[in-house]
Amino acid sequence: MEFKNLKLSKKTTLVIWVIIIAFIIAAPSILPVFRLNLLGRYLSLAIVALGVDLIWGFTGLLSLGQGIFFALGGYCAAMYLQITSSSEFPNNIPEFFGLYGVDNLPFFWEPFRSPIFSLFAIWVIPALVAGMLGFLVFRNRIKGVYFSILTQAALLVFFNFFNGQQKLINGTNGLKTDVTQLFGQMVGSESIQKMFFWLTAVLVIAAWFFSKWVVKGRFGNILIGIRDDEPRVRFTGYNPVFFKTIIFSIAGGLAGISGALYTVQSGIVSPQFMTVPFSIEMVIWVAVGGRGTLLGAILGAVFINYAKSLVSEALPASWMFIQGGLFILVVTALPEGVLGWVQGEGPRNLLQRFGVKRKIETYPSLEVKNDTEGLKK
Amino acid sequence: MNINTQALLSLENITVSFEGFLALNDLNLSLNKGELRAVIGPNGAGKTTFLDVITGKVKPTKGEVLFKGKSLVGRKEHKIARLGVGRKFQSPRVFENLTVKENLEISVCTPKSPLNLINKKIKNEQLDEIEKLMKIINLSKKMHIKAGALSHGQKQWLEIAMLLGQKPDLMLVDEPVAGLTDEETDLTADLLKTLSGENTVVVIDHDMEFIRRLESNVSVLNQGTVLCEGTMDTIQNDKKVIDVYLGRPED
Repeated sequence: MEFKNLKLSKKTTLVIWVIIIAFIIAAPSILPVFRLNLLGRYLSLAIVALGVDLIWGFTGLLSLGQGIFFALGGYCAAMYLQITSSSEFPNNIPEFFGLYGVDNLPFFWEPFRSPIFSLFAIWVIPALVAGMLGFLVFRNRIKGVYFSILTQAALLVFFNFFNGQQKLINGTNGLKTDVTQLFGQMVGSESIQKMFFWLTAVLVIAAWFFSKWVVKGRFGNILIGIRDDEPRVRFTGYNPVFFKTIIFSIAGGLAGISGALYTVQSGIVSPQFMTVPFSIEMVIWVAVGGRGTLLGAILGAVFINYAKSLVSEALPASWMFIQGGLFILVVTALPEGVLGWVQGEGPRNLLQRFGVKRKIETYPSLEVKNDTEGLKK
Repeated sequence: MNINTQALLSLENITVSFEGFLALNDLNLSLNKGELRAVIGPNGAGKTTFLDVITGKVKPTKGEVLFKGKSLVGRKEHKIARLGVGRKFQSPRVFENLTVKENLEISVCTPKSPLNLINKKIKNEQLDEIEKLMKIINLSKKMHIKAGALSHGQKQWLEIAMLLGQKPDLMLVDEPVAGLTDEETDLTADLLKTLSGENTVVVIDHDMEFIRRLESNVSVLNQGTVLCEGTMDTIQNDKKVIDVYLGRPED
């Protein structure tokens, strides 16, 4: 796969952000509650997509197992809500434990009584799991398709494990959050949901700034170096293992935050978050939006999911074909994704086809032209 | 084995076997500090494997590599690089998606830890160093251009500059003039000559005219072992060398 490094110009980025923020601010007054909730969910998916862009778009690690970290974040959030809302149930523990004859909260859930611990756990636990998994894989120099297959296998292991653990996490049924309480109100209520929408919007922007900060300087250059020529990075004296572990861990943490926000807005977390297609979809969002652009990951996640829900309402069962077609289109015609296409020569080439003349280039400057003369002979 | 205590690098009885095929066969070679050494040999003589062994890419089946008195066998590539061994690859390997300046930043900056890179700004003296390197290779005007857009020759030079930026004690330079014009070849030879003395340089190449210009000692590799060592004139008159490599004059 040929990667080009796409840097969106400052102006384009700013324009896109102004549109996004204006839309987010206007959304609660123009969208019905149901749609607003959907938008909130899809915005939370944008955070996991940012992580995928960091590891795949910048570092070249195609992970098909981001669902693991996404679900872990979701479980942490859901369990906290269940525990704090369990005062009426027998033994003061979440109701489902009673179904399986469990009288005491399993020890590892004990710390989740604390809201502060839970807030940290949502991103620290997925980041640690990703860091450990990543370190073992990267240390053994597993890369390329082998890395992808391994992450997918890990995803299946987690999926099957979570499915089978009724006594710990309610197995295949998952943990519901919409009937739990937060700040004295039902989490599923309109006011709390609106609060989560705002929280998600703020966190998406924060996650974008954070990701931007990670990739902007020399650290980001090393990530790109690892993507393009890892042995060369090694011979220059860097240990790629640490760089890859760190970025994989960051992507895991982002996935955890994303999963928690998605869980509280959709009302349930279950092992379904760790199915193979869902993790592959995350990669598709980034591919369609434009990998290595960060903003493309956000736009891809939100637009594809929104389109998915609209299409599924109108023409049930047709979405899979559209999604497949979209992916084929991107792979064959828009290898840099939609944002990469817009930023590159795409629109100009298209206009030219319709007979619109191309502006004569005034760049590069004279100085550079003089410089390249020697090369042309 | 008679080990020269002055040697910066010494390879002792190095054998590398790829599933029975001996890429290097009982190779002995030692380099003094400040020396410029050319290594030549026909295709498949083991020239690149020889570099792979020093830089840690290939682990020798047998033998010992000593650099500044420390064994390099079994060390990871990045550790060897940090000890002071720099390598320039056969085809120019620069980071094509990064600019000229960013490429040099990667090589110049120390310490090479993730935390240092993410937290701190590049030091001023390192920026000066980068300026200096860009002047040497004449790419100052193109510092913000992606390395992928450079010509072949400029990439070769950028990679040499990256090598210099690492400030290695030992520079391993694999075919630095492949694909360069005659003029560029001459400039590269002069550059490498000025480097030796302060630095220890090993140059691997096919181009006899280029090697002659280096005015250095030459080691001839053949079938994974050192066939002969000496000045260019000695080499050219050595019967063994003529047989395997240079070809008989009457040919």
